[in-house]
Amino acid sequence: MMTLETETPLLEMREVSVRLGRGAQAPALIENIDLKIFPGETVGLVGESGSGKTTLGMALMRLLPPLLDQGLSGEIFYDGEDIANLRAGELARLRGGEISMILQDPMASLNPIFSIGNQLKEGLRLNATAKGNLEARAIQALESVRIPSPKTRLANHPHQMSGGMRQRVVGAISLTRSPRLLIADEPTTSLDVTIQYQFLELLKDLQKRMRMAMLFITHDFGVVAKMCDRVAVMYAGQIVEEGPVRDIFNRPAHWYTRALLESVPTVDHAPERLPTIPGSPPTITGRPRGCRFHPRCANAQSKCLEPPVDVEVGAKHHAKCWFPLRAQRGAA
Amino acid sequence: MLKIIATRVIEAFIALLLMSIVIFLLSRLTGDPIALLLGDGATDADKIAMAQELGLDRPLPVQYLNFLGNALTGDFGQSVTAGKQPALDLVLSRLPASLSLAGVALIFTLIIGIVFGVLASVTRNSPIDVAARLIALVGQSVPSFWLGIVLMYIFAVQLRLLPTSGYGRPEHYILPAATLGLFTLAAITRLVRSSMLEALGSEYIKLARVKGLSESIVIWKHALANSLIPVITFMGTFFAVMITGAVIVETVFSWPGIGRLAYESILSRDFPVVQTVVLVITSLFIIANLLVDILYIVVDPRMRSRG
Repeated sequence: MMTLETETPLLEMREVSVRLGRGAQAPALIENIDLKIFPGETVGLVGESGSGKTTLGMALMRLLPPLLDQGLSGEIFYDGEDIANLRAGELARLRGGEISMILQDPMASLNPIFSIGNQLKEGLRLNATAKGNLEARAIQALESVRIPSPKTRLANHPHQMSGGMRQRVVGAISLTRSPRLLIADEPTTSLDVTIQYQFLELLKDLQKRMRMAMLFITHDFGVVAKMCDRVAVMYAGQIVEEGPVRDIFNRPAHWYTRALLESVPTVDHAPERLPTIPGSPPTITGRPRGCRFHPRCANAQSKCLEPPVDVEVGAKHHAKCWFPLRAQRGAA
Repeated sequence: MLKIIATRVIEAFIALLLMSIVIFLLSRLTGDPIALLLGDGATDADKIAMAQELGLDRPLPVQYLNFLGNALTGDFGQSVTAGKQPALDLVLSRLPASLSLAGVALIFTLIIGIVFGVLASVTRNSPIDVAARLIALVGQSVPSFWLGIVLMYIFAVQLRLLPTSGYGRPEHYILPAATLGLFTLAAITRLVRSSMLEALGSEYIKLARVKGLSESIVIWKHALANSLIPVITFMGTFFAVMITGAVIVETVFSWPGIGRLAYESILSRDFPVVQTVVLVITSLFIIANLLVDILYIVVDPRMRSRG
């Protein structure tokens, strides 16, 4: 994606936190998240398990469990409207048609009781402006995710389909009303590699046709390289670095990002023993003060006990680190 | 699908047959029918003559086949009490009262129990939820003979709103059905609440919400459809609880059903009638379970493609 400077973001998160309940001192799952997504672009969200990626995605859909939804603070502007301050129920009108989501587990995402057709059509029915009859639109939806003999498949129940097939059906359901923003939460982790590849190709293709923005949650850098324009790295509930994909891959600024990248094997970087990051991510109640990564950081210094500021390290590339790996803009 | 149903029907017949053996043996173990029929003053000659007449001098297997043959033609012997009515006629004449009471109780407990369970689960830990849990606890611990008498005392004796007993008009059903249904109501409420909570936490509920469906469709269609499967599974058991509960409830409210008939015929040692009541109740139970199995196959698509 080329420069988007002049465009207004489709989605803008400002100081978004999700805490365990209303209290300002309650432990936070994600804290002070600032993130913009522009129309048509794909933003990757990477980080270890427990870093808050899924919580962020669910917060955008306002589908957090009640306790966490009460603990949601900050502003989430979608198309100019602050959806963080709507009642969760009011979000139903945006869900599906405007903002949609592909869930993690395709095996469990379809209701076992109802047929595929039933589950597709109930979403389609909400689309008042669409032309054509429901049956035809449902068949078309299955065709768009390349399901063979879609007409007979409509009568099938989820247990009659394979995992890859179900993932496509979930994709069809999530995409069928042409949302402007899609949150894809590790949509391929439970699929085998060839099917993963096919599904990603399909998503890219659909995105191009519908000019849909995507937030792609994953911990797979291969997927990020393939799918994303920009990437945000999460650690312990914060975004620690954000920038264009090439920049992040070639010249990471945060020590955590570099450590993550080093632990990924590539064709020309496949040592006997992959480097690992010592220690494990902090729990949400045991997060260290200052930079949250400092106990595991190879370059930790006493300054790191103070909360780091977000510094710009390149064009649209910034990191929360006192000692970023590349010189600050202008100083270089 | 038809194959599964056919299997279930055959299984039901086998169960009926086995049950007839049990009932036959039990009736032979519980006492000498001749002594009972003839009374204390009978001579040995009278007894032998009677035994020959009734076929009781023949070996047990032969007696059983006779019993089975008679049963198949609807002959279960006669009541030993005054009227000497055929036992089956007596039982069948009492059946509508029992079935209508159990039916009314079951329909209301299902509706109220499901609504309570759903409301409790979606307003988890709210006053509604606490109230539903309390009702469930009380309903499963209060004995029905006590509940029947208390309800009768409050609503019939003190408030004079409802009749203490009687049969025929709709208001006669209210107290007995409430007494009969409370235990099952409690059980259904708990079952629906817990399975709803499980369903509401599932991924397919998330997807239903992602689609933009309204909260009422998410709850009453997607979550409830899955939560009803365990309720259907337990329906046979609920029916059994109602039928056995009928013996007590019908006695308390003088309800002219087979429950009270069973109680009275046991008191008067009317064995042919007791035997027939037991047989009819067990048959009902087997039929109810058969219907539950079929319903299960209809409701759950995963069951349909099996076998």
